[in-house]
Amino acid sequence: MTARLALWWTVLRISLSERLIYRADFALGTLMRFLPVVTQIFLWWAVFEGVAASGAAAQKIAGYSYRDFIAYYLLTYIGRALSSMPGLASGLARDIRDGTVKKYLIQPIDMLGFLLLTRLAHKLVFYTMALLPFALVFYLCRGFFSGWPDAVTLLAFLASLVMAFLLGFLIEATLGMIGFWFLEVSSLLFVFMLISFFCSGHMFPLDILPEFWQAVLRAIPLQYLAYFPAAVFLGKIAGAELAWGLAIEAAWIVFFLAAARAAFHFGARHYSAYGG
Amino acid sequence: MTAFLSYLRVLATFARNSFVRDMTFRGNFLIEAVTSLGWASMNLAFYVLIFRYTPMIGAGTGWGRYEFFLFFATGLLISSLVQTFFMTNADELSDLIRLGGLDFILLKPMDTQFLVSLKRIDWSSLPNFAVGAALLAYALVELHYAPGPTEILLYPLYLACGVVIYYSLMMTMAAATVWMGRNLTLLDFWFYLTNFNRFPMEIYGGPYGLPLRWLLTFIIPVLVVVNVPAEILLRPLRPEMPRDWLLPAFTLLATAASLALSRWTFQRAIASYRSASS
Repeated sequence: MTARLALWWTVLRISLSERLIYRADFALGTLMRFLPVVTQIFLWWAVFEGVAASGAAAQKIAGYSYRDFIAYYLLTYIGRALSSMPGLASGLARDIRDGTVKKYLIQPIDMLGFLLLTRLAHKLVFYTMALLPFALVFYLCRGFFSGWPDAVTLLAFLASLVMAFLLGFLIEATLGMIGFWFLEVSSLLFVFMLISFFCSGHMFPLDILPEFWQAVLRAIPLQYLAYFPAAVFLGKIAGAELAWGLAIEAAWIVFFLAAARAAFHFGARHYSAYGG
Repeated sequence: MTAFLSYLRVLATFARNSFVRDMTFRGNFLIEAVTSLGWASMNLAFYVLIFRYTPMIGAGTGWGRYEFFLFFATGLLISSLVQTFFMTNADELSDLIRLGGLDFILLKPMDTQFLVSLKRIDWSSLPNFAVGAALLAYALVELHYAPGPTEILLYPLYLACGVVIYYSLMMTMAAATVWMGRNLTLLDFWFYLTNFNRFPMEIYGGPYGLPLRWLLTFIIPVLVVVNVPAEILLRPLRPEMPRDWLLPAFTLLATAASLALSRWTFQRAIASYRSASS
């Protein structure tokens, strides 16, 4: 047990120092990521102006006030920052293609666990580095929020973020393992990224969709990567609905954990170790 | 004249070679075309959603649903042209310099910027042009409006201006990354800059919006790229109204200035090229 812990600690430490190389990049890149919010701030202002000018007295669109919309977009950044796994699936597919993956087959280390720790290190560093820019942006935009939510909501929010990280990791890892069967998966991954951008609610809160499409997008797990945590924080999902949401998210995590394990198990059998 | 003809011939060869290359990997070509169409339709879906709730973006701006579709179509036409001809090339510039591949291009008896800018043409971005054209026609039909001959002549001219401004900004940034080191990629900056053009410039109002609009019009002329041609096609030009021709006139100036800037930056970048790994 101690040997295993020491091993995992080493893995974590190596990945940490690897990630710390590009410090300035992180800070600048993170700030730049928030630029589209500027457009959204002006866009939704104009949209609400348009609604008001048409004579409708509606102060809300699909249950969201102007401030809610902007707060929503800002919150999706937290969800996405945790749940997006840049390079995970494509890196995995590349390792399979060029043969690097066989180190996991030979060495006494579990590939999924190793990758998870590497990602955890990545996220830890990302958040330490990004804490300042994130805090700055949220401080500047504090006017769009109506204070902190109550403790239960906050706890549910944190739980949904942790699960968003796990779910994002497992979905990407499962996708990457398709590389055991197909040599080139980069186009497939790009298509997935596009779909995920739309369906996870990064583009807009899913509540503004017509009912049918809302039902569809709520049935697939992508909403948990960005929409769900943000909607929880804003109090749009509460009570029994919230409990169910978290439970279903947990079920999806179990599902993808099984899927990733199964894909690795059968993939490793199928694997023919190209690349010497 | 013969020089011009030989440039045209080289361009045709680039186009043919790129096409042959695209057709070698047909499946990949198809997927790329589908994804770029997918991105455009996702954006369109978002706009359709917005117009479910409001008849107009901004009060009294005149940007109703079909006016806005025309705006979006114009943006699509311009960005599809930029992606087809320049995007891949600008993206590869820093690699060319870092890995020393520029040597081979410098040796050729032609303008280096021309060769670098057009050597790889990405045909899979062109379907978006067709979608843009179709959407434009649809918007005009729904608006029950037929632009006059002046507007029809000016529209392609300003589309071209938009393409040139986008190209110049892209090339300037690509060339500038040479000095900055290459960890933040050009494409990132590019996405964030063009993001401001997803909506009409009228939305940038108020104490924070107006300075931003000025900055993005007069210092970095991004906003004129889509707004000016879209406005020209939307309503008849009234020569007696300064508002109608001031910005278009400025756009011509901005086009020339940004092209000159890209030329200057590119040449400075080439001058400090040290032929890294050869």
